[in-house]
Amino acid sequence: MELTSPKRNLGDVIFKYTTMLFAVIVLALILLMGFEMYQDSKPSIAKFGWGFLTGTKWDPVQDVYGALPFIFGTLASSALALVIALPLSLGIAIYLSELAPPSLERPLSFLIELLAGIPSIVYGLWGVFVLVPWIRTSIEPFFSRTLGFLPLFHGAPYGFGMLAAGLILSIMVLPIVASISRDVLKSVPQTQREASLGLGATKWQSIRLILKDAKSGILGATLLGLGRAIGETMAVTMVIGNTPKISYSLFDPGYTMASVLANEFTEATSSMYVSSLVEIALILFVVTIVVNMLARILVWSFTKSQR
Amino acid sequence: MLFLCYASTLIAILPLILIFAYTVNRGAAYLSLDFFIQMPKPVGETGGGMANAIVGTLILVTTGSVIGLPIGVMTGIYLAEFGVNKFAYAVRFMTDVLSGVPSIVAGVVAYGLVVVPMKHFSALAGGVAMAILMIPTVTRTTEEMIRLVPNSYREAGLALGIPQWKTTMQIVVRTAFRGIITGILLAIARIAGETAPLLFTALGNRFWSTSLDQPIASLTVFIYDYAKAPFEDWNNQAWTAALVLIILISTLSIAVRVVTRSRYQQR
Repeated sequence: MELTSPKRNLGDVIFKYTTMLFAVIVLALILLMGFEMYQDSKPSIAKFGWGFLTGTKWDPVQDVYGALPFIFGTLASSALALVIALPLSLGIAIYLSELAPPSLERPLSFLIELLAGIPSIVYGLWGVFVLVPWIRTSIEPFFSRTLGFLPLFHGAPYGFGMLAAGLILSIMVLPIVASISRDVLKSVPQTQREASLGLGATKWQSIRLILKDAKSGILGATLLGLGRAIGETMAVTMVIGNTPKISYSLFDPGYTMASVLANEFTEATSSMYVSSLVEIALILFVVTIVVNMLARILVWSFTKSQR
Repeated sequence: MLFLCYASTLIAILPLILIFAYTVNRGAAYLSLDFFIQMPKPVGETGGGMANAIVGTLILVTTGSVIGLPIGVMTGIYLAEFGVNKFAYAVRFMTDVLSGVPSIVAGVVAYGLVVVPMKHFSALAGGVAMAILMIPTVTRTTEEMIRLVPNSYREAGLALGIPQWKTTMQIVVRTAFRGIITGILLAIARIAGETAPLLFTALGNRFWSTSLDQPIASLTVFIYDYAKAPFEDWNNQAWTAALVLIILISTLSIAVRVVTRSRYQQR
């Protein structure tokens, strides 16, 4: 798209390098973010080394910090959220791209995008006052009665805990996964559908073929949802119970990397405490960057290959 | 099997609608003029409003925009007009990646960059965190909107002997202006609802403050504090604040819809 006037004019050169300067700022900003956090977490990295990732003790009084309970909490809540959200988002994506009449598709897509814009604090508010009481009085007693012999459903029904976090996260990542999967499915060429239907496939069989084609793109969409779930802070902090322990029961309270930052950063007294919290932020930064890079590469290469 | 697709669409949309309806219901019950013009009452007294938080959110969003918009828009222009080289690909990729970085991480960075050197929490630090969060959205939409401008416009400008920078700024960018504004509004809608990056940058404030140098109140942090508080009156006010926030954000995104739709239908 680069067009140049035959006469190289000084204004053009200045203009090009001025805009480029801002692009350099963006790139530098990302590097600066990583460098800043690395610098601030040095004391903690020096003291705990890799043991920080596997330590289970989080004790500000003795100044001993291990991040495993938070890493576990982040992974468990995100995994739970995806297990719930993925089938539903696929259903919506298939509905919107293959089944919905055009008159319904636009308003539905709009509704989903609008709801994706609800701030996370509002989800948290709803979680505290509606979802958690509902889990405490109906869902958890139901699972204890019917599936209580599984370790997954042990313990007292507090309401606040991993189950609430997983549910609220699944509601939050759903619009993202659904709308990107819809875009991915829509980018599968129309001829594929015509070919399979023309060979006598039923609508469902033809959709299965399209899903097979779109596998890598859908995986990318899922990873983007995972990235969002890992970094989600407010809603999770408000419902997960904020207790740094590793438990296999969905009823027990947990803690995530993002929530420990939200809760303890302003209260951190010793410099080692702050440094350990910044190290958690650094881990979160690196993990979300890796997850997002993978996701982008998958979605990009998929939509490119379909053209 | 197709039935499952219909069912999952319903199941998925239901909680979202419930959240929306519940917020409107609870929030509207305590919505009054006082909410907008009164200050928060001291602990123990009922009533009062969030005038300082509404102004605070506006100040934070403005500060974030003043820092973030020039960087985002100029980078977008660079990527659209000169973006066929390895450096531009790297920038494009990194802005995509930056858009996935959790907002709380932006808060930690702003804490290290602004709060630590200044030695206290401030509205400026909150604005920096918000700027970091809005740059990727603004950059990418600016780029996409400028790319939509047909190449013949550029050729026409250059053929008339207008220097390239003037062609870009006065013809191409002006043509894409509405689209760029759209991207900016979307980015503002996103950061107006952020809480996590403000917790340890802008902190929050129960008193009136408009100084960039001091901690400042915001609607979102008020919702967080009031939701945790053991007073029913505060909980009710949290719902009202949530409603005001949702109305603000939805208005922005609906406005964006209306603007972009009329644009594409004209073509």
